Amino acid sequence: MNEKDMAILEELKAKGLTPEQEERFRSELAGVEVHRVPEPGAGPRGAYAHHDLLDLQDFPRPMPDPTSRLRGIDELLERDRMREKDGFPRKIRVGRMIKPGRGGKDKVVVVPTTVEEKLIHDTRYPLAGEEPGEGGSGEGEEGDVVGEQPVRESEQGQGAGPGQGEGGEHDVESSAYELGRILTEKFELPNLKDKGKKRFLTRYTYDLTDRNRGVGQVLDKKATLRRVVETNIHLGNVSPEEAVDPTRLLIAPGDKVYRVLSREKDYESQAVIFLLRDYSGSMSGKVTELVVAQHVLIYSWLLYQYARQVETRFILHDTEAKEVPDFNTYYNASVAGGTRVARAYQLVNEIVERESLDRDYNIYVFHGTDGDDWDTEGKETVPEIERMIGYTSRVGVTVIRHAAERKTEVEKYLEASGLLENKPDLLQMDALDESADEPRLIEGIKKLIV
Amino acid sequence: MELIDQHTKGIMEGCKERARDAGLRFQDETLEYIVTNRDLLELSPKQMIPTLYDYWVHDVRLLQERGKYELYPHNPYETVINTRPAVSFYNDNNPDWLNVMIFYHVLAHIDFFQNNLYFRNTWEDDFAGQALSDKRVIARLRSEKGRWVDYVIEFARGIDNLVGYHRELSRGHRRSVRRPNRVDFYFDVFLQETQKVSVADYVKEIERYNACRREQAHSAEDAFFSDVEKKFPEFHSVYEKHVKQKQAPCTDLMQHLLERSPKLRLEENRWMKTVLQVVRNTSLFFQPQIRTKIMNEGWASFWHELLFLDDDRIRGHEVDFARVNAAVTSLSRIGLNPYALGMRLFAAIEETVDKGKLSYAYQRLQDTRLRQQYDTKAGGGRAFIFAVRENFCDFTFVRTFLDQDFVDHHQLFVAGRRLNREKGVWEYFIRSRKALDYRHMVEAELYHPPRIEIESDKCREPELYLNHVFEGRPLVKEYIHNTLLGIEFLWGAAVHLETTEAVPAPGAESGQVDERASIYAEEAEVTPKFRWERVVYTVQKRKMTRRVL
Repeated sequence: MNEKDMAILEELKAKGLTPEQEERFRSELAGVEVHRVPEPGAGPRGAYAHHDLLDLQDFPRPMPDPTSRLRGIDELLERDRMREKDGFPRKIRVGRMIKPGRGGKDKVVVVPTTVEEKLIHDTRYPLAGEEPGEGGSGEGEEGDVVGEQPVRESEQGQGAGPGQGEGGEHDVESSAYELGRILTEKFELPNLKDKGKKRFLTRYTYDLTDRNRGVGQVLDKKATLRRVVETNIHLGNVSPEEAVDPTRLLIAPGDKVYRVLSREKDYESQAVIFLLRDYSGSMSGKVTELVVAQHVLIYSWLLYQYARQVETRFILHDTEAKEVPDFNTYYNASVAGGTRVARAYQLVNEIVERESLDRDYNIYVFHGTDGDDWDTEGKETVPEIERMIGYTSRVGVTVIRHAAERKTEVEKYLEASGLLENKPDLLQMDALDESADEPRLIEGIKKLIV
Repeated sequence: MELIDQHTKGIMEGCKERARDAGLRFQDETLEYIVTNRDLLELSPKQMIPTLYDYWVHDVRLLQERGKYELYPHNPYETVINTRPAVSFYNDNNPDWLNVMIFYHVLAHIDFFQNNLYFRNTWEDDFAGQALSDKRVIARLRSEKGRWVDYVIEFARGIDNLVGYHRELSRGHRRSVRRPNRVDFYFDVFLQETQKVSVADYVKEIERYNACRREQAHSAEDAFFSDVEKKFPEFHSVYEKHVKQKQAPCTDLMQHLLERSPKLRLEENRWMKTVLQVVRNTSLFFQPQIRTKIMNEGWASFWHELLFLDDDRIRGHEVDFARVNAAVTSLSRIGLNPYALGMRLFAAIEETVDKGKLSYAYQRLQDTRLRQQYDTKAGGGRAFIFAVRENFCDFTFVRTFLDQDFVDHHQLFVAGRRLNREKGVWEYFIRSRKALDYRHMVEAELYHPPRIEIESDKCREPELYLNHVFEGRPLVKEYIHNTLLGIEFLWGAAVHLETTEAVPAPGAESGQVDERASIYAEEAEVTPKFRWERVVYTVQKRKMTRRVL
């Protein structure tokens, strides 16, 4: 826990806090630090994680191409729709993020997934009367530390390698667009009103983008080589079994591919989405998973609605707010700190003002939190929200309750402010509890957006 | 998928001879296939059985969630499958010496499959062939019934871990439990324990019975008991109750559905039974494998090392072998490696028996030095481990042979995990070096499906009442609804499930369900604030309700 947070806590205490509140805030500072989406396969391997083919024969773990799975999605969703008609709950989930990359290459993709439910023991619970443990062997006295495992990956790890960060980002986008289409079509998420669909042409740019065969300005070597190989495959000069002998390759005149200067339309982005996530100490486990999953869905849907003309900004907050550059960081970062929702809203307001975003864009703000706020009555937060809904198209707040019954601070002060009733088209709130599943999340999006 | 070439097959046949000479016993025919990565993609969702029935979930990426092996109790990347003839899979660019090592490993697996008694119900079957015919049956049903076949597969798979594997297994051994005889019960229990009649009365009854026997040879018993019931009108019901008590509760939900489900009994639903039977058989087939993982891998590793080093054909590759072997069979610093543990246990057992340490005299010995030097040159260790591989499963294996000597010798320990906040890391530390703790740790990790008993007297006909016997762990809550939904579909009437759940203890913070606290208790130094509560879930007309008992 850091000193800054403690100072804030002292300040709050001076203003008067109930002992119960104080204890809760303190526990948040000392809170469990893991609330990243847990990664499969991390940690020590158990007895059943060893397999002959992988261990003995050193087979690579087969990893299907995730996009090939997306191809069959329509069929799967059709099956899912039939399930609903037949009176069974839907089973296909989309929008779950996985990281198939090996050797540090994190790729974020969206694939259809499902789970087969059975009655099985919940191994999250240690056996009654037993302490959980792992096997181990080697030197050391009882009590000695024998190994360490980072709680979270270093944030610098991503995007550092050449081209990697870019690629990752692109991957989210391409499958997210697909996901947006699915959400709109199959889950009957509403279409936005026309304003979102118009494309504003702002200017023309000139670039060497068009390709021309035979003549042109700059030779595109890679494309040319590709055509040369293609031609020679047809001629039978290249066979996959033998090494290629370049001296035998023939080059047809049409194989040369040139780049030509051409006029490009440059479309203006239509919307800016601010995704805000509470990453304070209390956001442990399932809560973070739900917030992130829902934000992926919202992001995808808007991406589709605005035909990719969307800019996204990611903001994380505990007692302070910061903007992070990409989805990966947004998705993965975690700290143990207190919560001041107002700071995040304040930051949005600052960014919008500084960059005059409200003039040119539809602005959406989505905030995911567990509803804990040190600003218990919303004295700071509510004015920031009021300022914000002055320019936004929609503010959507998702509150994920740790316990189903208890209303959280954020819910209380939002309701007390009367904004929810007075400005239903600008501000929406959705409260769900930790056990919510994907259909419930999608239901939540409808509530936030419609 | 294609068969290995003749050269490699020749190597395999050489391995078979040497393995046989060493004492391994297995069927002569085997099939070896080369698989590519692409084949593996198709095989692994089908648990390496190429002929398994088609099911759409196989094509969808499954969430790699916790407790995966509890959900799918089989090995998705097994090299050998237990069928007749045994089939095994290989990478196509293995060098010969590596193939020799793998062949020995595979042969030891086959020996284990074909000799360990936990596999006895799979001995007569060519499972791959049977699966093929099942696959065709399901394909035919699908062409008739469409997606409803997939629903039935789904619901059947939802309960395929509740198949009464042990009951099936013991069927071949145990003499059928005799229904307690009415006469025996009357004289041995009812008169003596319930009625506590005097000796004179007792003798009188015996005489009366004998008299009946003399007079009416055929209907003696009925005549006798008609008089008894005049005297003790309650006798009949007491006897029935006694019979019921003597019968073990049924834990094989799938079998129960097959035999008793009012819905499946209907003529138009008969085909569902076929599907259920296929899913049940498939599950039963995989059960022994998951229950002998440590032994099976240990046995295979033990033999591949022994036989490889004795093999005269591949001299010169000892270093290559050592490298691969160490990667597979070294004890991990943290984690549980079944190859390493099983192999060392077999070696330790052999040594223990050879030195005569499996004796009362040794057990009584207190002096550490004497214990270390103890050696009666008793011998017979090899024969003993063959008996172990025949008669034990992981649970009994670990429980019987994992002792303090073994833990000390291999420096095993139980590791705990705690959070180091300053460094932002999980620290693994040595929690205990006691054999008992280590054993408990291994046992807690072994596959163990929940025990669900069917209690028909707790609800009205035709409903179904399932009782989850609490063994220290609750069920995964999120899965209950959909599973019960499936059972209701197959049963055709309301289904109840009695189980235990964690609820916040009264002292816990207001409303904060501290499920989190319990989950992270190990790291957050929070004492779990919950208590256990018995609840009943009921699914009726696809709606679930929850009631606290």
